[in-house]
Amino acid sequence: MGASPLIKVTDLGKTYDNEGMKTEALRGVSFTIKKGEFVSIMGPSGSGKSTLMHILGLLDRATSGEYYFDGQNTSGLEDNTLAALRNKKIGFIFQAFNLLPRTTVYDNVELPLIYDANTGTDNKQRVIAALKSVGIDHRADYFSNQLSGGEKQRVAIARALVNDPEVIFADEPTGNLDSKTGVQVMEILDKLNREGHTIILVTHETITASYAKRIIKILDGKIVSDKEISDKKRLLAEKGKKIK
Amino acid sequence: MRVLLDPIKISFHNLNSAKFRSFLTTLGIIIGVASVIIVMSIGGSAQLLILDQIKSVGSNLVGITPGSSEEKGPPAVAFGVTITTLKYQDLLAIQNKKNVPDLTFVAGNVTGTAQMKSDRENKQVNYQGVTASLINVEKIEIEQGRFFNEQEDISLARNAVLGNTTAEDLFPNENPIGKNIQIKDQIFTVIGTLKKRGTTGFSNTDEGIYLPLFTAQKILLGINHLNSINARVNDEKNIERAIADIKSTIREKHNIKDSAYDDFSVRSTAQALSTLTSVTDILKYFLTAIAAISLLVGGVGIMNIMLISVKQRIWEIGLRKAVGAKRLDVILQFLIESIFITFSGGAVGIFIGFLVSYLASLVINGLGYDWEFTLSSQSIFTATSISIAIGIIFGMYPARKAGKVSPMEALRYE
Repeated sequence: MGASPLIKVTDLGKTYDNEGMKTEALRGVSFTIKKGEFVSIMGPSGSGKSTLMHILGLLDRATSGEYYFDGQNTSGLEDNTLAALRNKKIGFIFQAFNLLPRTTVYDNVELPLIYDANTGTDNKQRVIAALKSVGIDHRADYFSNQLSGGEKQRVAIARALVNDPEVIFADEPTGNLDSKTGVQVMEILDKLNREGHTIILVTHETITASYAKRIIKILDGKIVSDKEISDKKRLLAEKGKKIK
Repeated sequence: MRVLLDPIKISFHNLNSAKFRSFLTTLGIIIGVASVIIVMSIGGSAQLLILDQIKSVGSNLVGITPGSSEEKGPPAVAFGVTITTLKYQDLLAIQNKKNVPDLTFVAGNVTGTAQMKSDRENKQVNYQGVTASLINVEKIEIEQGRFFNEQEDISLARNAVLGNTTAEDLFPNENPIGKNIQIKDQIFTVIGTLKKRGTTGFSNTDEGIYLPLFTAQKILLGINHLNSINARVNDEKNIERAIADIKSTIREKHNIKDSAYDDFSVRSTAQALSTLTSVTDILKYFLTAIAAISLLVGGVGIMNIMLISVKQRIWEIGLRKAVGAKRLDVILQFLIESIFITFSGGAVGIFIGFLVSYLASLVINGLGYDWEFTLSSQSIFTATSISIAIGIIFGMYPARKAGKVSPMEALRYE
């Protein structure tokens, strides 16, 4: 009934203070994101897109403005509360995959569940389900260093999914992959979005960004555009990938 | 629970995958723990050996020596001082049950060195002039022939009793009874030999030559004092009273009114036992403490390695926090890893310490000493607790550093 947006950001600002030298990374950013959206945040390096993602992902705190996540005001929350929120409601996918070395695929995906005090007996089902949804369950007992780049990213996606999060943040997910594998990974994210997951993508690659249904462009700490992508543009992007 | 088990699994993998490096890391701990075990084991066995030597002589023994000295310390003669105040009359007085009722046997003793000639040998020997009661005071047994009798104490008889090894050396493959040996310019007839007894710390009866008291005193040495009087008390609980009686008896004989002017010292083996136990205990713990210092060094090494490990794994810590690990989870993880490393090192150290101590005991027993291999559960418990404590103490700082890493570090990893 009149669902409140998943993410509501009002006049968000972030200033770094480095021994007296102040840097404004974000200056008054405002937008909302509803459940089920697929949003790309685009911008050159130094634009503040990474800073914005850190704050949205509850990895960092804003220095001004307000951030409501899932209806809750995040300012003033303690570190442990933020950790618990990340654990239950947020999934991350990183450019460099960030899988634990000398650890199996299964154990890697299970990691968020280990830190959730409430889980235990049904871990196995949840891990297998997550592995299946990205098509990598046949590699469950492999060690992370035995996988290809694309497979690693799929494991990372499974890990981001295993706790059934409200939102998945992907930071340059195709940055370390060749274009063919990159497409495979984006297709998985697309599929997840069609299944109802909210996905927020940070990237500077246009092709990757165009999988999203909405692009927020950011420059010098401010939003310069916030547009829905028309189906036509998305079809063009799909064509582009088919030619390859 | 997984938060506890997983770090153990991780540590095991980390240690296993870089075996040589792990070995170097834990080397300090291994050496330290092994040293502690070895010192405590060998120290304990040495202590037992020393105490057993005294016990085998008999714990009811009381020794009187001339010259006053600190009763907790060595007698005056140990400092090279010859004092001639102890006499045969003192021995007789002490033997008198009216004076000292709690003694069973009393023996007097003089020692000397002289040239000895036999059929085969010509060498310098140590000999003892003793009373017949010696075999009742000290635990020595006759193998062949007999010991002296009471008349021979004062009859200036030219008889000798040989220790087991001495008899073998002087008269191999023959019966020494009735044979003669010459000491200085006197001919002595061998009337008995002693059974083999082995070294007992203070005396070696196997290599002794025993002569009657007066013969040695007056003929060979030309003295009329005694080097010592040894007595056996009838019961351990009477030792204190016996010592008091002995002291008052001698004071009376020597005309001493004030105990400050005592010209003799009385010691009991029970006293010696307790003093030696305290002294060897202090030695043992002191050596253990020194061994433990190397553990401190090992601990600093561990802290160093853990700090490097934290630095190398900053992105991993960031990742764990990003997926929901709390600061305490991270601290606990690294603390457990540190404890696992020191505990493993400790286990190896205990094993090596045990091995070395056991081998040492085999060697020492092979050399003829009655060495008892001891490995107390106390030392194992001590070594284990110390290893774990080192893991906690030296792992705490790196663990807390790890806890402070921000989850954004996960994204900086390239």
